[in-house]
Amino acid sequence: MRDPLPDHGEELIHLMHDSEARSDVPADSVTQHFAAVSAGTVKAKKKGLTIGAWIAVGWMTLLILAAILAPVLPIPDPINDANPLKAAQGPTLNHIFGLDGNGRDVFSRIIWGARNSLFIAFAAVITGFIIGGALGLISGYFKGRVGGVLGALTDILLAFPQLVLALAVVSFLGRTVFNVTMALAIVSIPILARITRASTLSWSERDFVTAARAQGAGHIRTMLREILPNVLPAMLSIALLGIAVAIVAEASLSLVGAGVKPDVTTWGNVIFSGQAYLREAPSMVLFPSMVIFFTVYALNYLGDVLRATFDVRESAL
Amino acid sequence: MAGTGKAHLSQGETVLRIEDLFVEFPVGRSGLKVSAVAGISIDVREGETLGLVGESGCGKSTLGKAIMQIVRANSGHVMFGDIDLMTLQGEELRQTRPRLQMIFQDPISSLNPRRRVGKIVREGLDIWKIGDEASRQAKVLEVLEVVGIDAEAAIGRRPHEFSGGQCQRISIARAVATEPRVIICDEPVSALDVSVQAQILNLLEDMKARYGLTLVFIAHDLAVVKNISDRVAVMYLGKLCEIATPDDLYASPAHPYTAALLSAIPVADPEVNPTLRGGVGGEIPSPLAPPSGCRFRTRCPLATEKCAEEEPQIQEIRPNHFVACHFPLAEGQELPALEANIA
Amino acid sequence: MSAESFAESSATTPSSDAPLLVVNNLKTYFKTDRGLVRAVDGVSFTLERGRTLGVVGESGSGKTVLARSIMGLLPKRDVERSGSVKFEGVELVGADNSLMAQYWGDQMAMVFQDPMTSLNPVMRVGKQITEGLRQHLDISKDHANQTALALLSSVGIPEPERRLRQYPHEMSGGMRQRVMIAIAIACGPKLLFADEPTTALDVTVQAQILDLLQTQQRDRYMAMILVTHDLGVVAGRTDEIAVMYAGKIVEKAPTKVLFSNLRHPYTEALLSSIPKISDPSHTRLKTIGGRPPNLINPPTGCKFSPRCAYATDKCRTEEPPLSAPDSDGHQFSCWFPVELSAKQTSGVR
Repeated sequence: MRDPLPDHGEELIHLMHDSEARSDVPADSVTQHFAAVSAGTVKAKKKGLTIGAWIAVGWMTLLILAAILAPVLPIPDPINDANPLKAAQGPTLNHIFGLDGNGRDVFSRIIWGARNSLFIAFAAVITGFIIGGALGLISGYFKGRVGGVLGALTDILLAFPQLVLALAVVSFLGRTVFNVTMALAIVSIPILARITRASTLSWSERDFVTAARAQGAGHIRTMLREILPNVLPAMLSIALLGIAVAIVAEASLSLVGAGVKPDVTTWGNVIFSGQAYLREAPSMVLFPSMVIFFTVYALNYLGDVLRATFDVRESAL
Repeated sequence: MAGTGKAHLSQGETVLRIEDLFVEFPVGRSGLKVSAVAGISIDVREGETLGLVGESGCGKSTLGKAIMQIVRANSGHVMFGDIDLMTLQGEELRQTRPRLQMIFQDPISSLNPRRRVGKIVREGLDIWKIGDEASRQAKVLEVLEVVGIDAEAAIGRRPHEFSGGQCQRISIARAVATEPRVIICDEPVSALDVSVQAQILNLLEDMKARYGLTLVFIAHDLAVVKNISDRVAVMYLGKLCEIATPDDLYASPAHPYTAALLSAIPVADPEVNPTLRGGVGGEIPSPLAPPSGCRFRTRCPLATEKCAEEEPQIQEIRPNHFVACHFPLAEGQELPALEANIA
Repeated sequence: MSAESFAESSATTPSSDAPLLVVNNLKTYFKTDRGLVRAVDGVSFTLERGRTLGVVGESGSGKTVLARSIMGLLPKRDVERSGSVKFEGVELVGADNSLMAQYWGDQMAMVFQDPMTSLNPVMRVGKQITEGLRQHLDISKDHANQTALALLSSVGIPEPERRLRQYPHEMSGGMRQRVMIAIAIACGPKLLFADEPTTALDVTVQAQILDLLQTQQRDRYMAMILVTHDLGVVAGRTDEIAVMYAGKIVEKAPTKVLFSNLRHPYTEALLSSIPKISDPSHTRLKTIGGRPPNLINPPTGCKFSPRCAYATDKCRTEEPPLSAPDSDGHQFSCWFPVELSAKQTSGVR
């Protein structure tokens, strides 16, 4: 006989689901329990957030606040407060992250960099979110010709090597903040379209969508009121990861010389300017890299938390 | 079980009149087609409950969806009053929606998990802008109370806070909110526990009386269908086998398939030896390649060559009892017992 | 675990004259965030060799968890299992998986509700049958294939040679359930659990599968526990029936006694809420009011009291014990048992 243990969780969930469907017991206890145990998300489903999630939220809040408040914070100007005599210094009490090759305060540059880098990443992904989300929703909802054409378009965009695509856009149109943002947006559109489409396809099979149509709801109403709220958690979770990827992509573009021009402080430019001094003052690369690392990690983690929370909610239905 | 023919259609007033309906689904890109509904004609009279019964794959749910125009049939007519729904498109079709409603099998899947119950039930009223804000809210509270839900407490909650039985009640409330003429009930109780099933069946009877509804009740459970229906139609592989009043149909089934279905029902009585019953073996053949002639002949203990060659037409064998079979069972005649069980 | 140590462990207990299965005060609780779910809450019964027991209850009654708990198929994490399950005298509660693996398939097996999810979709049916055979019986590949062939024909699968090479998705639901039964009986278990084996199937196929289970059970002298929500399924096919409610057995009796002389109001209510084919159309159904109990905060006293038409204050405060079997072997837990016979109260034909 087949060993009954290995995939048993799945059977149990299935079973509990089946019995739950025919039950008058509130759809919580046992079903949820097994779904949670087997998905390994027992912790995530608990009311409130875990410590890890709080740290991630705290880090992002701090970063975003600092970025917004950069002009009023008592920190030196990241471009003009240069002092060539004190170039490439390590951390001191006055300059806790040290000074860069032009003697500019690295801590200040990181905060101003956050202002630009986060703006680029968020703006790119929000653009991708709206356009990709709309594409995915429409192509997933209308499964016929419309869906086929839009789906093919998404696949073509996905097939492009992303960094090459971004490089091409920036070098063709110029190294401005707007162009880099648009380049990253183009990269994020197909990813979000893909996820939204997949999620839409599965949700639009549900009876409540048919029920809405039977009530006389039009296509747009059905998409926006019935499907979108259910697809949104998956989109948001991917968008968070997308922001993380966009942050890294912005930095990578700068390193290959295709990012925003050096007179705009971004994390990519901060690292790029430290490159030449890697031996003398590794702090110039180390600190901004660490900030990127923590940010990307926090965003990834929050994406997971979001997905886990929403997964369990769904399984409890 | 061919079930073609219209001998059973009534001459008088009907709310729904389905004629020669065909629904086919392409299978992948193979070019093959499943004929889910193959030339069905049936009518539904004002104020009656028509039971549609059959095993999975018989096309009963597809028929229900084709009536609703959720699945568009390949050919045929669906007369709703004097409008042929098959000829309508887009906005014209949408205009008929509030008059024709549907209740689904899975109570949980049929409610949007992210919307509140109040909004779910109001949806139809909002779409059709029926009444003002206050009267819509009053209607929502009324229908929820009528289906046995504590309305004030329920409207702010989401579906997952309710049990399966309660979700089905909410579905019923949603369906009656726009005051439809006809409700298609697609296996509304088959996902529920027996005690809850009885509550929902009673509720449907009450709603029918209260709102003057006409119901098409689709189910696989013959006892449930008998309990609620005024007429019962038995389907097999996309065709109609037999249609009659329930008491007559269940007392003396004329189609061998109906007889087999009836004998297969487990009876809650230990004195009945289930293995000695008459019945049929095998399973439903693939709808991709349905048998020629009568579609039931491959499993029918009474089948002859004629059944393979000629599709039986629906005929009236007794008043209000129609059957599509070359060799209908006489009253009191039983199917031979299953060979497998005798051996 | 090796065959040797298995022999050793069974040698320590008198296995041959002990009843096949003795379940004593079995409890199975699930730890959840909302509290402890008492899915099975003190179940006791004895099952002799070759006998069939029907376990009937609605969802949330604990019937499925009971079957899985007896077989030791529940996840270890967040599950509290106590009491005693003795299989031929060997205690299974607390046994580790290596001991249980000796029992699974070989001594006891289970047929699940949904044959689609319980069969491995990417493995040929033949392989799924022979795998267990070779693991438990230590026989050659050819021998295992021959046995698999014989098993498939004995469960009524036409063209067994061809079917052996097929994948589950190439078969109908009824065929898949037949394969599941073949896998379950392959090693000649002494106890077969059938957990809602026909709920996913059509009526005509359901009857065939139930017939098959019954013939196999008789031919092989297996004991069988048939878990179902449908009293009709167990009526003509079991020796005894146990009715479960809120994790407890509320009534247990030989099948004929139960139907002719039911005593528990829940059994009565359950029987009368089923629409009967013999009743005329539009017969008003008797319903059980209220909802199944919350297993986290169950009602005090008798668990059925909030929904029971006959409940008194005593029922609401004091929990009735399961009575000792009377001369008919009839047990029930009710302070005010139903006096009338089932035939008079529920109108079963």
